[in-house]
Amino acid sequence: MSDVFIAFQANEESRPVIDAIVADNPHAVLSHPTGLVKVNAPNALTIRRETIEGLIGRSFDLQQIHVNLVTISGYIDEDDDQLTLSWKH
Amino acid sequence: MSVVALAPYEFEPRDVRENFPAPLIYIGWDQHQLFCAPICLPLPPGTPFGALGAAVLPGIYGFHPDFAKIDWTKVQWFKSGQPWTPDPAKSLADNGLQHKDAIRFRTPGLSGIQGSFS
Amino acid sequence: MDTRVTSKKLGLKERYAAMTRGLGWETTYQPMDKVFPYDKYEGIKIHDWDKWQDPFRLTMEAYWKYQGEKEKKLYAVIEAFAQNNGQLGVTDARYINALKIFIQGVTPLEYYAHRGFAHVGRQFTGEGARVAAQMQSVDELRHYQTETHAISHYNKHFNGMHHSNHWFDRVWYLSVPKSFFEDACTGGPFEFLTAVSFSFEYVLTNLLFVPFMSGAANNGDMSTVTFGFSAQSDESRHMTLGIECIKFLLEQDPDNVPIVQRWIDKWFWRGYRLLSIVAMMQDYMLPKRVMSWKEAWEMYAEESGGALFKDLARYGIREPAGWKQACEGKAHISHQTWNAFYNYNAAAPIHTWVPSDEELNWLSEKYPESFDQYYRPRLEHFREQQQAGNRFYSKTLPMLCNTCQIPMIFTEEGDASQICYRESDYKAYKYHFCSDHCKSIFDHEPEKYVQSWLPVHQVYQGNCFKPGTDPTAEGFDPLMAVLDFYEMNVGRDNFDFEGSEDQKNFAAWKGDTK
Repeated sequence: MSDVFIAFQANEESRPVIDAIVADNPHAVLSHPTGLVKVNAPNALTIRRETIEGLIGRSFDLQQIHVNLVTISGYIDEDDDQLTLSWKH
Repeated sequence: MSVVALAPYEFEPRDVRENFPAPLIYIGWDQHQLFCAPICLPLPPGTPFGALGAAVLPGIYGFHPDFAKIDWTKVQWFKSGQPWTPDPAKSLADNGLQHKDAIRFRTPGLSGIQGSFS
Repeated sequence: MDTRVTSKKLGLKERYAAMTRGLGWETTYQPMDKVFPYDKYEGIKIHDWDKWQDPFRLTMEAYWKYQGEKEKKLYAVIEAFAQNNGQLGVTDARYINALKIFIQGVTPLEYYAHRGFAHVGRQFTGEGARVAAQMQSVDELRHYQTETHAISHYNKHFNGMHHSNHWFDRVWYLSVPKSFFEDACTGGPFEFLTAVSFSFEYVLTNLLFVPFMSGAANNGDMSTVTFGFSAQSDESRHMTLGIECIKFLLEQDPDNVPIVQRWIDKWFWRGYRLLSIVAMMQDYMLPKRVMSWKEAWEMYAEESGGALFKDLARYGIREPAGWKQACEGKAHISHQTWNAFYNYNAAAPIHTWVPSDEELNWLSEKYPESFDQYYRPRLEHFREQQQAGNRFYSKTLPMLCNTCQIPMIFTEEGDASQICYRESDYKAYKYHFCSDHCKSIFDHEPEKYVQSWLPVHQVYQGNCFKPGTDPTAEGFDPLMAVLDFYEMNVGRDNFDFEGSEDQKNFAAWKGDTK
């Protein structure tokens, strides 16, 4: 089973996104290469808008993650409420 | 095989003989990679082959401490990768060298700086 | 009071579909084949464009919004860097030569990518592919601009960066990246995607980006690091386009598999050869080193690439033909490429040098199988000669590979004592190659590569002199005439780092009392 991963610039904007991923994906593992936060998870991970909004106390457009996104691995499925990375075909 | 294309695809090669003042010859000194690659020179076809070792190559390879030690009578030549015995008295053309031929020479017993093939 | 009726907004997927696919149509005034003349001739069969899965569903207004935000952040950092004289924060002025390689050899490729994606962004009948290509075209122009801005500050203080567009079209080693991209742009749209989106932006991308960006981070180059992070989010979109396009082509028709395989073979090899200059940069040009080229290759090619080709095996795709040879070359190509630039530093607008003893020891440690045996002795000899006032500069032009256009510096697989020579005869002429794989690329499309603009041959044809140059004049120096054609500042842009203006200036600015 291969890992999917997603990495962001390590800054204040990406912090609640990372926290949301960790909250919603119990098998996610964080690492901190220079200037980055990287999240690895076996097979799949999901980012939920609702979880992020709960953390920041305001509405959030999920596509805002593009500003701090660095790299991604896995097939993407996204809509207004979630973005899922997986190796499902 | 030809290029997959929407129209006829045929062009004059950029490096035909007529575009150069003399035929191009490539020369490499095996196991002496201090010189990063073989060299390329336009050489008049009437040049005696022996002039290479005597007059052309010293300016190119003289920097190397092995060069002064070369015994040109013992040098092994290769053309297109095959062993080849040029006649130093004959011209490049009479030795069969043509535009864009590649020749190499090997100097037995001399294998670069501290034997590192450099 | 009227009850407000809230109209339901379209969800992301519907919005995206309406604003992209929904804007396409089957033409009736002109036949589709006339409106889209390029998307069948390569022999690729597409039965159902609806199966194309848009990886990121960015509509145009979302695109502009988020790209605009990234730009504001990036330029704020670049400005701060300039205001704070960030160039004084680099570890050592030798590092700047890595940036010279970048602005000269990588940045122009962003512009070519911009043009290439603009072209294919018009040529596919599938709207999803057109939209993705159009966005990528704008991304690549953005990269060209932001790289130029990030490096422009260094240009005010160091040599070798001021004329890169002019050099790209003329200078010998820059024909390597130039010919790479022109080969891609002159292929059809599906080959272009396989070459650039898949082979370069997916398989090999980390081997370009990580060495430069982590090299920048380790050597105090804030400006480049920030550019790198800013561009990486664009790159993640490019990567997903690359993997989606290959998946799509392979799933549409089994007849596509051999065509795609041949393109993967060709473009993996061309990309690998292009990366030689990055290998050299990583092992020789970073005063504070990160990891060796060999380590980067093992991580980003062997591990990631290995997993990828295992995954693609279900389509009948195997690893590229040159894969094993590329893996074997990991212990050699950086040293061989550095040697080429050291040899020909009189004709290159960068500086080279012999590494310090500490650096030579690092190289010995990272390359136990090759460095002390093949490469250290020549470097120590060069240093000895330089200290005796006899720094080596080759004045004889090298033999080039007809396909990759790199000087013939590479050795036989498994035998680093022997330069690899391969040749083909085609219609009365001989052509030469550095490897079986460059030869095979030529043999498959000879009509393309007989047109190669090889810098060495062009010099000998007299095409690399300024108009009005008289080669028969008294005291004519062909090398100086070529450097004049290059518009290099001789004595400032070129030659060894020792004694260079860059070295003297940097020492003065840092108050070094040497």
